[in-house]
Amino acid sequence: MSNEINFVIDGVEVTGKPGQTILEACDEAGIYIPRLCRHPELTPRGSCRLCTVLVNGRPQAACTQPITEGMIVESETEELNENRRNIIDMLFVEGNHFCMFCERSGNCELQALGYRFGILAPKYDYFYPKREIDATHPDIFIDRNRCILCGRCVEASRTVDGKGVFEFVGRGPERKIAINAEQFLKDTNLKITDKAADVCPVGAIIKKRTAFTTPIGKRKYDKKPIGSDIEEKRKKD
Amino acid sequence: MSKRVIIEPVTRVEGHGKVSILLDENNKVTQARFHIVEFRGFERFIQGRPYWEMPVVVQRLCGICPVSHHLAAAKAMDVIVGADKLTPTAEKMRRLMHYGQTLQSHALHFFHLCSPDLLFGFDADVQIRNVIGVALKHKDLAVQGVMLRKYGQEIIKATAGKKIHGTGAIPGGINKNLSTNERDVFLKDIKQMLVWARGALKVAKDYTVENLEMVKPFGSFDSNHLSLVRSDGAMDLYHGNLRAIDAEGNKIFDQVDYSKYLDYIAEEVKSWSYMKFPFIKSLGPEKGWYRVGPLARVNTCDFIDTPEAEEARKEFMAVTDNKPNNITMAYHWARMIEVLHSVEKINELLNDPDLQGNDLVVKGERRNEGIGLLEAPRGTLFHHYKVNDDDQVTMANLIVSTTNNNIPMNRAVQKVAADHISGAPEITEGLLNHIEVAIRAYDPCLSCATHAMGKMPLKVTLFDYQGNEIETKTKE
Ligand code: SF4
Repeated sequence: MSNEINFVIDGVEVTGKPGQTILEACDEAGIYIPRLCRHPELTPRGSCRLCTVLVNGRPQAACTQPITEGMIVESETEELNENRRNIIDMLFVEGNHFCMFCERSGNCELQALGYRFGILAPKYDYFYPKREIDATHPDIFIDRNRCILCGRCVEASRTVDGKGVFEFVGRGPERKIAINAEQFLKDTNLKITDKAADVCPVGAIIKKRTAFTTPIGKRKYDKKPIGSDIEEKRKKD
Repeated sequence: MSKRVIIEPVTRVEGHGKVSILLDENNKVTQARFHIVEFRGFERFIQGRPYWEMPVVVQRLCGICPVSHHLAAAKAMDVIVGADKLTPTAEKMRRLMHYGQTLQSHALHFFHLCSPDLLFGFDADVQIRNVIGVALKHKDLAVQGVMLRKYGQEIIKATAGKKIHGTGAIPGGINKNLSTNERDVFLKDIKQMLVWARGALKVAKDYTVENLEMVKPFGSFDSNHLSLVRSDGAMDLYHGNLRAIDAEGNKIFDQVDYSKYLDYIAEEVKSWSYMKFPFIKSLGPEKGWYRVGPLARVNTCDFIDTPEAEEARKEFMAVTDNKPNNITMAYHWARMIEVLHSVEKINELLNDPDLQGNDLVVKGERRNEGIGLLEAPRGTLFHHYKVNDDDQVTMANLIVSTTNNNIPMNRAVQKVAADHISGAPEITEGLLNHIEVAIRAYDPCLSCATHAMGKMPLKVTLFDYQGNEIETKTKE
């Protein structure tokens, strides 16, 4: 069996390795496909649908779809980008995201995607949901107002930390992130060194007393848009 | 029948206020009040939020002097995290930010908002009595105003990260130092800023001195004055102890540790206004109200620790025989003394290598209550918080500068209304503007000065001369 798989995305020929997903192969090739729930160290869940691409004309999540020889992938199309914009837009209005005083500002993947897609103000009405915060843990703070239900913390706690501190409960608009204790985060065995405390793409799980220590201008997405680290690889080659 | 004249909104005042004047059939003023109509519920909104968010979230109270809220909250949070003494780099970076803020805020007020009144006269046609009129007729002055303000804003950006709503001050210190590159850019222009600050001061001084007879009684009244002063009695806009003096200059209290402010200052709530009315406890609400801001600060301090501003202070005090100056319009002159002082201070700081230090944050024993005060451009600003063991804010009390000047502004409106409108057969635009001019002297920023204690309905009541209620309007 050949250990090279060739496919085409948006007219560009890409060579990947067997077992890679579209997203992984494209990352290596310096082609950025927008994503939100995907974390490079965790098993992909394909839940946010931001990375949806057309594979031979059919919509697939690029983070879970394996590459195959000769496949034709479309990602940067008007329609797909409009869908992505809508998903981001809806995530903003579904929660209570106040970027102006959120300590994740500048390092937040949702905010960075908003900027990348040129979203200045959401087009949908805000839900203003009532969400709980949990400040009981000595080192970690959960602000569910900002949770986008990506599932990273669930996955990290279960598979990396081997703890299962986080789990989803409820359905639809009632869906929320729960913890494996009667009431409070302090009653779980979550530790600040756990992977689960480190993977939240937004400001929902934050480490206490670390806020605003990075000055504006030096934060992850202050200078370059999200995805540009991947795109730079291609420019260099 | 009483007739009510309402000027709304008071143009060229930040935020949104309303003035009601009660006239009798002969157009004689019976009552005049400056109302606050905007509603902000910050003190409730921030309950439950983590304490480290405070310096960033509370600055959203105001788009005009957010740095003051940013720093006052940061000072309160220093107490929470047990940072009793900041590193020299942190303290000086914050001071630099604060002087930059004072410079930009004062410059904006003077050149954009009040200079039209001074340059064209209160009764001049509104078509020319505005900032465009200044730009056309006094081009140099207008340009200098813009450039001074810009310099202040750039200082804020270099210290807080952004010109508006930055994140520089964090509990226990600061998140960046000043690079030599940043410093050199500022040093290059500092001499020019000094020249322009001197020029602005001269405009304000000459105006006051030349029109002394006119401005002396204009919206003026005797009052107490309050500000922070340094332990040696010097003016200090960033830190100090509380001092209050009466209209004659006698000390009511002095060198009071501001964390004990509640022993000295109380706040009265009135049914007709969202704004609270602070007063000096020992004197009671009737006699204990006081003025804050540039006029109060120049009056309360023993000296200013920068040479040119100190010279200017001496000239200022000589006008009232070294007694406190109680002339409302003298606020403008005092404000420009502070502009010069701020530029001198910025110059001092830029030449201090501590700004390039890397030791940015200290922490100590965690506390559950923190109070931070500073002298904001508009006057003494109080921030007071309680924080639980889970790091959440459970109580916040803010007394903003404009609230401190609440009664004085009402007095000024009443005085001007009585002096200038009573008996006039008709109410001209120029006359109405006299009221605006008096209010403007205090540079009120109204959006941040309204308090919401739980759910308080807005109630507007009109009284006749004897204090009888004519009409009440309530908004739930
Ligand atoms: S808390 Fe953060 S990591 Fe967990 S689901 Fe919500 S957004 Fe994702």
